[in-house]
Amino acid sequence: MRVIVQEAPFDFGAEAEVFASGRHDMGAVVTFTGVVRDFGGGGLDAMEIEHYPGMTQKALEKIATEAVERWSLGDALVIHRYGRMEPGEKIMMVATAAPHRKDAFEAAEYLMDYLKSRAPFWKKEHSVDGETDWVAAKDEDEDALTRW
Amino acid sequence: MDVLYFAWVRERIGLPKERVETTASTVAELVDELRAREDRYDVAFSDLSALRVAVDQELTDFDASIAGAREVAFFPPMTGG
Repeated sequence: MRVIVQEAPFDFGAEAEVFASGRHDMGAVVTFTGVVRDFGGGGLDAMEIEHYPGMTQKALEKIATEAVERWSLGDALVIHRYGRMEPGEKIMMVATAAPHRKDAFEAAEYLMDYLKSRAPFWKKEHSVDGETDWVAAKDEDEDALTRW
Repeated sequence: MDVLYFAWVRERIGLPKERVETTASTVAELVDELRAREDRYDVAFSDLSALRVAVDQELTDFDASIAGAREVAFFPPMTGG
């Protein structure tokens, strides 16, 4: 299991390739990556992500450990960036490896649901006209945790 | 103890971190002490349902004890992923 919190971009393809290689007992690898989305039709200049150094790594490790134990994963990977990112840049990725796809998919969804609402990151949008807005947490993201 | 603020809580209070000497025994009592200080604290803590708290880097609730705590952090609901 690897958990990485960094400001720098990561190479999604290279990370996925390394993660999916070298084991013969895992029949399923699921990867997910989150991308900075400009939903205002060109109005977003950048996304800024603040985090809680010290707590972030521990919180992510706890979430990943729970996923590994619950779905008996062969491996799990979480990479999450902080700092300033432009539309189209990758914010984070998760990868899960399990003997069968159902467990790999479910564990990836679990990781994402918990990353959204239980990892100490906060997103701020910078629009091209100079406005800034903290992204509000969605009730549906909190509700998503109840299914686990 | 150290008290930390993140995201709009940090912006509203105007600093990321401060050293606080307190006799409060719970998070809620600490919040009451901070609110009594100045308007900017009072405003930031006016709606606790919009805030989350971590004691020593573990998420908890406002009834939690802060006895012996080294670090208390206040922030809005998280938006990771």
